[in-house]
Amino acid sequence: MNCFEIKDLHLYYGAFHALKNVSLDIAAKNITAFIGPSGCGKSTFLKTLNRMNDLVEGCVIKGSVQLDGEDIYGGIDLSRLRRRVGMVFQKPNPFPMSVYDNIAFGPRTHGVRKRYELDAIVEGALKDAAIWDEVKDRLKSPALGLSGGQQQRLCIARALAVAPEVLLLDEPTSALDPISTGKIEELLLALRDKYSIIIVTHNMQQAARISDTTVFFLLGEIIEYGETETLFARPANKRTEAYITGRFG
Amino acid sequence: MKRKRKSSEIILAALTWTAAAATIGILLYLVVFILIKGIPYLTPSLFSFTYTSDNVSLTPALVSTVVITALSLVIAVPLGIFAAIYLCEYARRGNRAVALIRMTCETLAGIPSIIFGLFGLLFFVGALGWGFSVLSGACTLAVMILPLVMRTAEEAILAVPDIWREGAFGLGAGRLRTVFRIVLPAAAPGILAGIILAVGRIVGETAALLYTAGTVAQIPTTPMQSARTLSVHMYALSSEGLHSDQGYATAVVLLVVVILINALSAGIARRCGAKK
Repeated sequence: MNCFEIKDLHLYYGAFHALKNVSLDIAAKNITAFIGPSGCGKSTFLKTLNRMNDLVEGCVIKGSVQLDGEDIYGGIDLSRLRRRVGMVFQKPNPFPMSVYDNIAFGPRTHGVRKRYELDAIVEGALKDAAIWDEVKDRLKSPALGLSGGQQQRLCIARALAVAPEVLLLDEPTSALDPISTGKIEELLLALRDKYSIIIVTHNMQQAARISDTTVFFLLGEIIEYGETETLFARPANKRTEAYITGRFG
Repeated sequence: MKRKRKSSEIILAALTWTAAAATIGILLYLVVFILIKGIPYLTPSLFSFTYTSDNVSLTPALVSTVVITALSLVIAVPLGIFAAIYLCEYARRGNRAVALIRMTCETLAGIPSIIFGLFGLLFFVGALGWGFSVLSGACTLAVMILPLVMRTAEEAILAVPDIWREGAFGLGAGRLRTVFRIVLPAAAPGILAGIILAVGRIVGETAALLYTAGTVAQIPTTPMQSARTLSVHMYALSSEGLHSDQGYATAVVLLVVVILINALSAGIARRCGAKK
């Protein structure tokens, strides 16, 4: 089962050809890691999957991206797409409101109004993100008062609260300390059975530790992809080998 | 070499000290002067409910100030905030219209208030036939403070980090919901500080009002009546020359009002800073 099927994708930022002829199938209920040096297009590619690149002016996309067989660049409802494909950003970005309101923001956007329903969603999402025990006594206090690692797990909970099928994570641990990073990795492994997870990471050990499939990007192209263990143990391409052994990047 | 540097340091230190002392000194002199001249004439009759040419009461002017300020804000604040939202959130970058609006706005902010008064006289008082009235005055002041409200709102909105907008979009929220639930609440303290600055300008304004709201010293019962604000009241008392002492007393009241407004503004700015 694939969640995403991408064919012949090209992306331009004005005159800059940022993604070149990308074709890829992404498996559902799996962790897929995108690795590659800075500026290789991995984050750009991640953002085409929930159309966050729409916000960038001068961005032109050609090719097809299908989510469960539906072209997301066709006549799809953007709000529904982003509900199905949630996103967690590089820097923890809780809204300047209470923990509860942060989690409830998504469901409220999609029309959930009843208090008891919201209560249940908030509790469920916080439990799924393994942060319930830390915040259950301060649901009403500002989310910005939490530590960086807690904020990032809160953002994961916020994304989970709208019951997405896919979770996109754009270098979610690059701003965090090793202990918080460890907690997020554990969390992602626990979520793997319920969600399709796609993570961009700079950290090759992280990709090796948690992902099932790894995709290596270089200069806007996919150089190699496959099962994580195989890719790290026996890379087929010289450039992949050079990158994962730390010879550039 | 060393000695030369030392003497230049002393000169520079002396200059900065002189500048600081002069600034504080002038302000202190001004405040003390007004207080000494005004406080003895803060009599109960100056605060009686109706104005007569004997008591030259400032109460009607105080009421008119509140009314004209409120009316100006009701007109200018929504316009300014919505224009700022358009410029920051909806307009595409590099849009010609945006550049034009910004330039217009900056030009408006630099125009002396008497010009706004003249415009109000020709347009609201004359062309629209509203006469010297609270409405003409409030509309003129609204035009005058619009650039200030818009620029401060724009700055406050631009200061809201993009990661919050991305977060909201990422959850499927549309632009409207993002603006009203995330951006505006976060920008509210900055917008409010701008509004309070605008109130300060209105309270201190005379030139633009003389031509538009007139100088009738009674409490207006409809927006079509003429009225005078505290500043205009003070100007009238001083220029007529018969009640200069009461003019100083009015200045004391005006000073207190302005200080209160500034304190409020500083308080909000502090709260805003503490939150971040």
